[in-house]
Amino acid sequence: MSHDEIVFIEGGRVIDPASGTDGVRTVVVREGRIAEVVERLERPRGARVIDARGKWVTPGLLDLHVHLREPGHEYKETVASGARAAVAGGFTAVCAMPNTVPVNDNASVTELILARAAAAGLARVYPVGAISKGSKGEELAEYGELRGAGCVALSDDGKPVMSSALMRRALEYARAFGLPLTVHEEDLGLVGKGVMHEGPAATRLGLKGVPAASEEVMVSRDLALVELTGGRLHIAHLSTAGAVRAVREAKRRGLSVTAEVTPHHLTLTDEDVARSGYDPSFKMNPPLRSAEDVRALREGLADGTIDCIATDHAPHSAVEKDLEFDAAANGIVGLETAFPVCLALVREGLLGERRLIEALTASPARAFGLPGGSLARGAPADLALLDPGLEWRCDPARFHSKSRNSPWKGRALVGRCTHALVGGRLVHELGEGAR
Amino acid sequence: MIGRHRHLIGLEHLSREELLSVLELSTSMKEVLRRPLKKVPTLRGKAVVNLFFEASTRTRTSFETAAKILSADAVNWSSSTSSVTKGETLVDTARNIEAMHPDILIIRHPASGAPQLVADRVGCAVVSAGDGAHEHPSQGLLDLYTLAEYFTAAAGRKDAAPDFGLLAGKTVAIVGDVSHSRVARSDLFGLRTLGAHVRLCGPPTMMPPGLEALGASVHHHLQEAVKDADAIVMLRIQHERIGDPLIPGTREYSKFWGLNEKKVAEWLAPACCILHPGPINRGVELSPEVADGPRSVILDQVENGVAVRMAILYLLAGGAQDAGQGGARA
Repeated sequence: MSHDEIVFIEGGRVIDPASGTDGVRTVVVREGRIAEVVERLERPRGARVIDARGKWVTPGLLDLHVHLREPGHEYKETVASGARAAVAGGFTAVCAMPNTVPVNDNASVTELILARAAAAGLARVYPVGAISKGSKGEELAEYGELRGAGCVALSDDGKPVMSSALMRRALEYARAFGLPLTVHEEDLGLVGKGVMHEGPAATRLGLKGVPAASEEVMVSRDLALVELTGGRLHIAHLSTAGAVRAVREAKRRGLSVTAEVTPHHLTLTDEDVARSGYDPSFKMNPPLRSAEDVRALREGLADGTIDCIATDHAPHSAVEKDLEFDAAANGIVGLETAFPVCLALVREGLLGERRLIEALTASPARAFGLPGGSLARGAPADLALLDPGLEWRCDPARFHSKSRNSPWKGRALVGRCTHALVGGRLVHELGEGAR
Repeated sequence: MIGRHRHLIGLEHLSREELLSVLELSTSMKEVLRRPLKKVPTLRGKAVVNLFFEASTRTRTSFETAAKILSADAVNWSSSTSSVTKGETLVDTARNIEAMHPDILIIRHPASGAPQLVADRVGCAVVSAGDGAHEHPSQGLLDLYTLAEYFTAAAGRKDAAPDFGLLAGKTVAIVGDVSHSRVARSDLFGLRTLGAHVRLCGPPTMMPPGLEALGASVHHHLQEAVKDADAIVMLRIQHERIGDPLIPGTREYSKFWGLNEKKVAEWLAPACCILHPGPINRGVELSPEVADGPRSVILDQVENGVAVRMAILYLLAGGAQDAGQGGARA
């Protein structure tokens, strides 16, 4: 499909929460941009047609939280393989966390990631720069340089910023460059050697627990620092009921805070760790929490307290995962399963269809001030075609990601991305053999 | 097989019948153990590997003795280092050992879940000899056996075989660092399945959440926990927990959660016995007088440990439950 081609995406249900559109429409793409979203239009000769009947046509999904592992851990994932996994899951843009080796705390690393993404030509990749040099939590990184190179946010993800003083200065200093801070909230002292949620399941399994309070004390601290500094805070992978309450209260008071939740924290609990028999595919940080926490997260997502869904796609190889639960690395891959996993909440009546799509498109775009997330006329034609009824079995061996660490392995899933377009180019089409 | 189970990873998922199948067989095994010529050919030609990633004298020796009495060939594979520092993963180690065709792999490991990981990857039977703070199933079984034996004798049936039905309705207090104790978990699961009441007692810092949901009552005061109890299991306080900071020190721990002669005389019911999985920190959880005193059944536990482990090995090596007559079936 060449750049100046005209594409008609016909017969699908267009869900574009940014404009409020929800109905059967034809999306016309011209020169890589959205030309029209209309009920009916005569198709010109030579226009390419994508039959979207029975599918949802949405803005390309946008993930604020992925780990692409390049540079440094290319055996787990590369920018290219991660971008391939992204578009296969319907994500046309992803934010790449800076905990690479070396850490993305300088323009050279940012430029490398962007160059790799451009070469791959799949999903758009927005680098996130480090809050502190080397993500060591000691000195501020150079936010001006990072923004100049293309970073869209700042994070020491994987680790909390334990120094309240440094966090205060980071929130203040980032204001000069208009960059949000996206923070991984855990008090390391309370976490100790914990490897799963502290609760009855951890007690039965004899695994050390991570109390919910380890997240909540840091969320409370950072909300107080937002109040002090007027900084822009985004809280990554919210996992506890208390953290949801704190964010809800902060928003009510008008603080500039947004938050995300992962598909796994919305759908799995600490009891799944027990059921899995110590399977490290159920080990991540923050850990899978209690059923009550899951309920609170679902409510928070539905009522807008939690702005968006982000996967925290964290590829690891068998070297890090085929181990004792204590020794295994944290994290699971999520890009290729996010849509069906979250769609299950819609089927259960816990989340509206439009809210689900909003949390994957318009809301994340707004949180980081990114382009995309809507089908506005003239916007780049980043689109996902999602088949909400397509049943498939999750077989990690067939993932586009290099890694296989998924808690949904072997599970029957419903809903799948069939096509993804980035800038009007078809970058993913689900093969018949893959269905 | 122990009922439906090819491995012995824990007592949590064993039914009453499955627990009883091991316990009842242990009585026959104890008779063998007490013979002047303690050797039967039951498991001749079977290979047992003791794979220990954590220091242990008692449990390893007990399994080894059990294997030898049954004529199995037992070898020890010890590793003081965990897979992470050693550079070989647990799965690789297990596969290497499996290539030597053992029939039973006995594993002790500091990480909870390690025996499960091994059991999922190898073809032979796996017995947990204790994993992290998860379970120590053979210890749980020997505690059940020792308690039933004591209650049977206390009921005036001195030389009778232990009556495991007597555990139902009895109250057992388990005292100490429950959060780090695999013995506490295995005892709790086994006792609850056989109908006993379980009280767990210790400083609040050593009591993990969710114990009530497992059918125990939780206590912070020793006097309350041991009142009218039929038996007390005193857990070992590990020195590395001090300043963890779970407790301020052994002096205060001993004062509030240790047992000495005075507390035993004033607080315990006359027939209440005292167990300890060993090794004892004398002067911390138990004063020497109590450890060696008339209520202590600690050495019975050690003897019964061999019998129970003989039963476990016999069942998992392919034997039926009628060891008395049917050794040939093993």
